[in-house]
Parts: sequence; structure tokens; C-alpha cells
Amino acid sequence: MPANLSARLCSLLLSLFLIAFALPAFAGPFEDAVAKFANDDYSDTEEAIGVVASSGNTLAFPIISALQDGRLMADPDSKKVYVTGADGKSIDAATGQAVASVPDSASAVRLNNRLRRSVDAAIGSLTLQSPDIGARLQAAQSVFKSHEETSLEAVDGALAKETNRSVKAALGDARAAILLFKPDATEVEKLEAVATIKARGDQEAMALLTGMGDQPASVTKAAASAIGSIQSSLAVWSMVQNAWYGLSLGSVLLLAAIGLAITFGVMGVINMAHGEMVMIGAYTTFVVQEVIRTRYPGLFDYSLLIAVPLAFLVAGALGVVIERSIIRFLYGRPLETLLATWGLSLVLQQAVRTMFGPTNREVGNPSWMSGAFELGQITITYNRLWILVFTLAVFAILLAMLRYTALGLEMRAVTQNRRMAASMGIATSRVDALTFGLGSGIAGIAGVALSQIDNVSPNLGQSYIIDSFMVVVFGGVGNLWGTLVGAFTLGIANKFLEPVAGAVLGKIAILVLIILFIQKRPRGLFALKGRAVEA
Amino acid sequence: MTPHMLTRSLDRGATIFLAVVVACGILIPLSNLLLPAGSFLQVPTYLVALWGKYVCYAILALSIDLIWGYCGILSLGHGAFFALGGYAMGMYLMRQIGSRGVYGNPILPDFMVFLNYSKLPWYWYGFDMFWFAALMVLIVPGLLAFCFGWLAFRSRVTGVYLSIITQAMTYALLLAFFRNDFGFGGNNGMTDFKDILGFNVQAEGTRAALFALSCLALIAGFLICRAIVSSKLGKVLIAVRDAESRTRFLGYRVESYKLFVFTVSACMAGVAGALYVPQVGIINPSEFAPGNSIEAVIWVAVGGRGTLVGAALGAVVVNYAKTFFTSGMLAPYWLFMLGAMFILVTLLLPKGIVGTFNAWWDSSKERRLAEKTTSAAAEDGVTEAKMAEEAQ
Repeated sequence: MPANLSARLCSLLLSLFLIAFALPAFAGPFEDAVAKFANDDYSDTEEAIGVVASSGNTLAFPIISALQDGRLMADPDSKKVYVTGADGKSIDAATGQAVASVPDSASAVRLNNRLRRSVDAAIGSLTLQSPDIGARLQAAQSVFKSHEETSLEAVDGALAKETNRSVKAALGDARAAILLFKPDATEVEKLEAVATIKARGDQEAMALLTGMGDQPASVTKAAASAIGSIQSSLAVWSMVQNAWYGLSLGSVLLLAAIGLAITFGVMGVINMAHGEMVMIGAYTTFVVQEVIRTRYPGLFDYSLLIAVPLAFLVAGALGVVIERSIIRFLYGRPLETLLATWGLSLVLQQAVRTMFGPTNREVGNPSWMSGAFELGQITITYNRLWILVFTLAVFAILLAMLRYTALGLEMRAVTQNRRMAASMGIATSRVDALTFGLGSGIAGIAGVALSQIDNVSPNLGQSYIIDSFMVVVFGGVGNLWGTLVGAFTLGIANKFLEPVAGAVLGKIAILVLIILFIQKRPRGLFALKGRAVEA
Repeated sequence: MTPHMLTRSLDRGATIFLAVVVACGILIPLSNLLLPAGSFLQVPTYLVALWGKYVCYAILALSIDLIWGYCGILSLGHGAFFALGGYAMGMYLMRQIGSRGVYGNPILPDFMVFLNYSKLPWYWYGFDMFWFAALMVLIVPGLLAFCFGWLAFRSRVTGVYLSIITQAMTYALLLAFFRNDFGFGGNNGMTDFKDILGFNVQAEGTRAALFALSCLALIAGFLICRAIVSSKLGKVLIAVRDAESRTRFLGYRVESYKLFVFTVSACMAGVAGALYVPQVGIINPSEFAPGNSIEAVIWVAVGGRGTLVGAALGAVVVNYAKTFFTSGMLAPYWLFMLGAMFILVTLLLPKGIVGTFNAWWDSSKERRLAEKTTSAAAEDGVTEAKMAEEAQ
């Protein structure tokens, strides 16, 4: 076949040319090792892997990973080795220079199982030296999981050079894991390893200790006690995790319920449209973000800061309008108010559905609200954390407002005894309007916060309204502290019941418990004491 | 119920109402069955089923009016009793399918086969017998209402608090019935019914009979409510509604009265649900949705709270409007209208249609009476003076 022959001749010429050109400049142990891949001999390949992996050459990683994937081509005639990329382009393994084509005589360097293990170890150790901290950390963790004896040297090398604290800790764990599974490690080394893994204390550490096989008696004993202590610490962490989820849920409940508590407390009015005020706050956030996206993209991180006062104003103004046009005609008839506000909620939902469509609208997280950090064994997301902080801030401001402002004083007076307050010259109807506006406004800013963790749809409010009622009824009317305690109690109880009973059954259990609780304390946890028996 | 009690409890409005329901209950099924299809006076079968649904809603509205209109208990969870009655009937209908289901299992309903149930859960026993299911239609809602009411009324949970916890009750049931492992068909509920008492539920004759039966249940429910509210017991209920503490101080055991009427009302709602299911052909957990219960309350408010006739009328009017508007181009506006109805009725028409009409009728009657007496007095002044003298 002349065509084939000429091609081979061509490639031979090309290789000769390349050798003539490249070899003098780069000849050294690395190049010699790379050339060994072309011998097609398992022991030579193993030797080459070792030298290449420890060479520190930038080509080491591409070569070894190509070897792993069967992309490392060796030409037995020219002793040249090529790395072919997934995109079809190839480079000379020894020099890193691009080559036009790999000669037909070249074939993939073969591996057997033993070699595959050393390739894996080499890859692990190569990434252990990667300049990227994340990659190093990941490599250390994968070594911890695989605990291949062959990685020990690489881990030790990396450990000596490592400066980053968390990577260093991960490397220490990895080293301990290797030693634990290394048959010829001394008992002392193994005991140290058990201690290190015990300190790590997570699910993986426990899996490692339970599956470590035959060990000297002292090590087995140490491991058993380590497993015990890891188990108890994991149990504590899962409690902490549940408590955190509970706090987070509680803060959401508190945020949704706090406005309701004010209107219910002061006016004895159950505002069924409260959830829709939350929804309107969320949609305000959506509109603010839309405007920012189209006009001032740079301000996106401030979108929530802009949305909070706007949502308060929009929902608050709407609240005042509702109070003046509907609620004030229904005082003294709480059940009718309940029905009228329910009707109002239907109208508001449908209005939003008409204006913004029935589907979810996207509200983005600003950069400072996205992401998470690790605290011990639990992960805390920034948005949940900020919502908790925000809720507590709103609560504190509201409390201060009730305590120190004239309006707050008047509101408290009207809550305690409406007729007496009126006799003392307080314009109760003005207080009612402002209270309703305040309650609605707070629902609006709750909507801003909830838009960060929930779907912004016309049904947003509906999903919170029953829970909010439960919080208010449970906590007691006319007392913000009751609402706080009620919200966090329900939130935490819910999250502790969830793992035991499942999400839905847990919720049902909470509802049943509240119904039973109301029997015992019909006016909630913190009932107002006073003469106002009933209207 | 003695004949005397019956006549005493019937006023003009009630008589008209009963006459209309009886006429509908007889004429609509007859016209559907006897007149040729397509004839002008023939009521099509789909309308029979639709109106049958309205009649069931009317029974539910009656049950709400009994407690809200006469005892001041605003239950936002009456849909739960309705749905429980419906589920009891649905379970009977499921058992009647027998081996005709998709999977052909003679004992297990299709959804249980699908969910890998190996045997029938214990609470499904007995539902293959109609009398047992019919009993459960009354007992299950009644028992729940009794337990719930016993707890709530004894500890004096009143007003909006009671409304909120009844809402929580129906919400909890909604969540529970949505679960597949609860054994009631999960979110799909129960459907594909075949027979009721051996008659095909799809057949025209069965539908007409169910309609007539619903009318009969409405009449019976109405008469029971009338009997309750016009008895001495009813007077105490009204006293509880208007001044609960005062009634208690007068020595009445308020909670017992409330508990009685609440339980009766729940049983009525259960019957309504049981009649509803075979006519609609499906029962699923959405019947427990809190919104449904609140909507039922607005029927009563529209028709006229505390008038009984108004409750039934309101249920029919609002649901007719719903069918009318949600089927046409106006569908997106239905919620606006329903919402506006809630607001406007509570603001402008607190007595509802029937209540407002009654007030107008009474005042005009009084005016006529007053005119009559003044003219009569002018003419018969002498006679009257004479009579007064004689009396002395």
C-alpha cells in the first residue's frame, strides 16, 4: 500500500525532524521517563508514571490523565509519545508542542489494574499540588475516601508544602485514613490515625472507622470508642441543625405573623387579606428588580434595600385605604370583617394574577444573600441567616416603636381598652387606620424577605396565612412577645417533628397540638390580663 | 315532631320555599325522564346533575346557617364535615365497583392495588354495605364535630378563635387526605363509580332519583332546622348568639346547647356531602380546602343569615352565578366578583337577600297596618270608646 507507506514515511520524517529539533533543548529525566511509555511494558510504564508524577513538570497532569482515559498514544518505532485531546488536537508529551497528527503506528498506552491504581494515586497526588486551593482540598478529600496506600508519599509531600489551614487539615485526615488501612503501619501510627479521624467527627469518618477491617485489638478498641463519640457528636449536630432550621422557619413565621398580630391585637380584626399584603411586598421586590435589571444593572445588590421601604409604603398605603373603605364600617362585627377581608384577598390575588400572570416570577438573590458557609457539621445559607437577622431587627424596631412613640402609646391604649382610650381623647379611628397601615406595611416587608426563599406567585400569601393565624392564636393577642415565642416555638417544634413523623404528618401534628392547646388556653400563651372579658 | 310543631314552625316564606323544593323535586326528574329528549320542556340530564349539586350545597348552607345564623358559631371548617360525608359515600361506591376496576381486584379498590396494598385497611371494613356507609355518613362527621365541639365549647373558645381553629381542622384534614398512605386515594381521591344500590350511577333514572332524594333531604333538613330554631331550645340558641355571657349567668349550660347544634349541623353537612358524591362522580381532598368552607359561609351571608330559606337560596344563587360566569368569557373575572360579593354583602347587605326582603315586607306591612288602624280609628272612634267603657 503505497499511500500508507508514504504516510508512514512522512510521519517518520516528521518525527525525526521533531526529535532533531526538540531533543537537544529538553533532554532530561522527564523526557526519558516519557519515552518509557512507548516501550509498551507494564513495569516501564509504572516507572514512568512515578517519575512523571513527581517531576513537577506542568505536562505531568495532562499526561497522566490522558493515560487514565486511554488518550496517551505511543509510537513504538520513534519512541515518541503523544497526548491526544478530546477535541482531536494532539501535543507531543515530552515537549508540549502541538503536532499536526499522531502517526498511525502509535497506539494507546495499555494499562492493567495495578497500573490503574498507581495512575489514580498519581492523579490524586498531582492535584494535591495544584495551585488552586479548591482543587487541592477536593484532592485531599478524595484521597481520604479512597485511602490508597500509594498516595501516602504524595500526601506527605503535599503536607510539607501546604500553607492553607483547611487543606492541611484535610491532608492530615487523608494521611490518617491511609495509615489506618495500611497493613504495615505501626500500632502507634494507627492509634494516632484513629484519634485524627475521631476529631473529624462526620458521617464519612464514621463510615471509615466502621469499615476498617482487621486491626490490632488496641486499635479496634480505640475505633469503637471513637465511633461512639462521633455518633453522639453527630446526634448533637443534628439537633443543632434541626434547631437552626427551626429558627429559620420560626423567623419566617414571625415575619409573616407580626403584622397580623398588630392588627388583631389592636383592632380585634382578623385580616384574611394579610397574606396578600405579603404577596404584594414580594411583587414590589420583583418590580424593583425588573427596573434595576433594565435600567441600572449595577444597583442589583442594593435591590432589596430599595425594595424594603417601597414595599412598606405600597402595602401600608393599601392597608390604610382598605381600612378606610371597608374595615371601619365593620367594627364590632369581627366575623363579618373576616369574610370581607377574605373577599378582598380573592380580589387582590386575581388582580395580581391579571397584572403579572399566574406563573412564578423570578426574584433574584443579591450576591450577599447567596451562598452558604459551614459551621461545624452544618451548612448555613446566607439568605436564611439574613432573614433571621432582618426579622429580629423588624421585631426590635416595632417593639421600640410601640414603647417609645406617641402612636405606639396610643395603640397600646386602644388595645387595652378602646372605650377608655377614646374617653381620654385618643382618636381611635385614626389609630385604627394607622395600625392597619402599619400591620400591612410590615406584611409588605415580610414579602420582600420571603421573595428570597419562596416562589413569587399570586398564591404566595395563601401558603402563609393559616400558619400566621396559628402563630398569633398560639402566642396570644395583643402581645408581640407572645408572637415571637409562638413563632419560634412552632418553627422549632415543626422541624424537630419533621424527621420523626415526616413533613406532612409533622404539620398535622402541630395543627392538632395547637387546637388542643387552645382548649387549655383559649387566649393563647400570653393573654392580656384585664377586664375586657368579651365584647 | 308533632304536627302542631310543624305548623307552628312554618311561616309564609317557609311554606313557599317548601312548595318550590317539592315542585322541583317532582317536576324536574319527571320532565327529564318522561318528556322526549330535546323537547322544550325537557330538563337535560347534565342539568339534573348540576342542580342536584346545588341542592347538596343548599343543605350544606342550611347546616351552616343553623349554627352561624342562630347560635353565632362561625365555622370555617364545615367543608370538612361535608367532605367526610362524601368520603364515607365514596368508600361505599368504591367497594361497589368490585372486580370491574382497571386491575379487576374484587376486594381492593384500584388505587390500593396501584399503591401495593396487600389487604383492605381495617377502616374500610363494612363499607360494602349501604346501611353501614349511610350510618357512617352521619356518625363520622357527627363524632368529629362532637369531639371538636366538646373541647372547644367547654373551654369557651369563641368568636374568631373558633373560626380559626375550625379552619385549622379542615386544613389538617386536607393535608392528611392528600397523603397516599392514609388509605383514601391520596390526591386523586375516589372516582370511576359504577353502581349505587345496584343502579348505575351514570343512568338517567339514577340521576333523577338522586336529585329527588337530594330535594327530600333538603326538605327534611329544613324542617329539622325549623323545628330546632322555633323550639324553646332555639330561643336559648338565639340568646347564646346575642349575649353568651348573660345566657350563661342565667343558668343555661351554653356549651351543651352549642355542642348539640354543632353536632346536628355537622351531620347535616355529612348528608349533603354523601348526596353530592354520586351526583358529581368524584371526591378528592380539595373538598377539604379552607377556601371551600369560607365560600359556603358566603352563600349563607348572601342569602340571609339566620333565615334558613335564605341560606338555601344563597347557595343556589351564588353557585348558579359561579357556573354561569366561570364557563364563559368572563371566567377570569369570577374571582373579582366572588371577592366583591364577600365585601359588598357584608358592607351593604348584612341581612342578605331574604333578610332584607323580610325587613322590607315587615315594615311595609306595619305601615299598611298603621294606615289601616288610623283610618279605622277615625271611623270607629265611638265604638272603640264604648268597648273601652264596657271593658271597665
